[in-house]
Amino acid sequence: MNAMPPLGEPASEPVATAQPASDAGPPLASGAAEPSAPLSPTRETLHYALRNPKLLIGLAVVLVLLLTGLFGPLLLDGPDPNAYSGAQAVGPSGEHWFGTTTFGQDVFAQFVYGLRATFLVGVIGGGIAAVIAMLVGFFAGYRGGVLDEVLTMLTNIVLVIPSLAVLLIVNAYLGVRSVPVQGLFIGLTSWPWAARAIRAQTFSLRTRDFVDLARLSGSRTWKIIFREIAPNMSSYLFMTFILLFGGSILIASSLDFIGLGPTDSVSLGLMLQSAQQWSALQLGLWWWFVPPGVGITAVVGALYVANVGLDEVFNPKLRES
Amino acid sequence: MLTLDRVTKTFRTGTFSGSSVTAVDRVSFTVGRGEVVTLLGESGSGKSTLGRMILGLTPVTAGSLTLGGEPVRSGREYYRRVQGIFQDPFSCFNPVFKADRVFALVKEAYYPRVSAADWRGRVERAVRDVRLDPGQVLNKYPHQLSGGQLQRLLIARALLLDGLEFLVADEITSMLDASTRVDVLNLLGDLRERGLGVLYITHDLALGTYLAEQTVVLRGGRITERGATEKVFGNPMHPYTRHLLAAVPRLGVDWVDAEPVGSCVFHDAGAEGELHEAEPDHFVACAQLPGCPGH
Repeated sequence: MNAMPPLGEPASEPVATAQPASDAGPPLASGAAEPSAPLSPTRETLHYALRNPKLLIGLAVVLVLLLTGLFGPLLLDGPDPNAYSGAQAVGPSGEHWFGTTTFGQDVFAQFVYGLRATFLVGVIGGGIAAVIAMLVGFFAGYRGGVLDEVLTMLTNIVLVIPSLAVLLIVNAYLGVRSVPVQGLFIGLTSWPWAARAIRAQTFSLRTRDFVDLARLSGSRTWKIIFREIAPNMSSYLFMTFILLFGGSILIASSLDFIGLGPTDSVSLGLMLQSAQQWSALQLGLWWWFVPPGVGITAVVGALYVANVGLDEVFNPKLRES
Repeated sequence: MLTLDRVTKTFRTGTFSGSSVTAVDRVSFTVGRGEVVTLLGESGSGKSTLGRMILGLTPVTAGSLTLGGEPVRSGREYYRRVQGIFQDPFSCFNPVFKADRVFALVKEAYYPRVSAADWRGRVERAVRDVRLDPGQVLNKYPHQLSGGQLQRLLIARALLLDGLEFLVADEITSMLDASTRVDVLNLLGDLRERGLGVLYITHDLALGTYLAEQTVVLRGGRITERGATEKVFGNPMHPYTRHLLAAVPRLGVDWVDAEPVGSCVFHDAGAEGELHEAEPDHFVACAQLPGCPGH
């Protein structure tokens, strides 16, 4: 039976209008009871969001890491996370919380700055890719016909472009190597699979009768896409963003590895790669690679947990069980 | 009054739209105010396509479709006058929103100035008109309501539009159980009393005869027989209509395969799709009748 209290009903009202979840017969007649005033959709979503542990835990972890990345650098001594800190390859201690690298760099300083770069590349890359994927996917899937064929062709072309080769060329010409540019490039090349997934999902949703009913209510294409179809796949869309976000972080770290990463900063991927490069595992310097590894896993994992929670918030069928 | 004049729909299929399928072929009939017309046909006969064309959801390939003399153009103004109800009530409601959202969309599009309290009153009245208890069905999610309740909510939605002239009811009873069916059909009868024209699309012969003044039998996109319901069912002339009537199961009678439909069926009517007037208000496509243009 449903543990949630019926929404939007004053506590004093009789429970006659409660949901007949497992009652065999028809729901009890509510008689003369006034139908309760409905809660606005936004407030109702908030109501469930604030009571969903998965969503709250996931968001809390992301928030803690984000705040660490944002404000952590302010607490550090120097502005350069790669500076020599005075001790080489020492384990975690009161002075060096996460220890130091073979070159005497403070791992905590690198971690804090790395989180910043990682979030930035994830948000820019994942965000741009998600926006392009949604626009292409929604319109190709909803409109169909020639527009669909053109957009699908474009998607497939971008899908098969060897992004590494393009990056090499772009790099050679532009010579710009900052984290935002890296994010921009990743965003512009990593959207095709997501666009295809969203297109397929939209394609199946647009044949549902509620889309026709919205048209019979005078809704236009934009409105139908963003108010009928998108809410139906909100969890799917957020999942897409999370995967693109995580993917951007991983692509960025592999770009870092081949020397095409930002030259002016440090990222979690860069830390992992240099730990691997300088045999941290073989030398037993676990504090060098564990923090960045845990950091990436925690960000992506927490977003995933938050998404499961979001699904429960947005999907009314999952609220009752 | 809704008038169809040689309405045709051809779908292009295949690579580079190389081949085509004619779903509706030169269909002509009219539905007057306060009249219920049953459109009867088997699966794939083009009856739903015809309904969607009347609703402006599918463009017409050829022929003309007019409502009160004006050509059909999908858009907000048209849908104030013409509405549709579809077969599957569960698919008509967006599962992530509450069921009353279908009413909210109507308010947003057509009655933005009506105050919330006033609108609430109108919705409750419409819900009572379809014999539902507002306290039980409002503010619920679609999965918490039964198919019959949802189907009635859709009728209530149509009732909210006071300028409504025509309703397309596409297989609206096929997902309902027998006891609820009659109730929903009676609701359609009430709509007729309000002066609405109703096109009732069905494949069920028994339900088809219940309400309609006129019956149109469709096969392979073409009309095989149409006219006053009692004439079409009382004196079926086209072999296909007879075939349909013979297929209704009867108690105590062995159900043998009916005879195949006569060979004339697909050369049916003349080249322009006109029908032969067998008797007043009863039109039949060529079925080796004397005077048929094909013979």
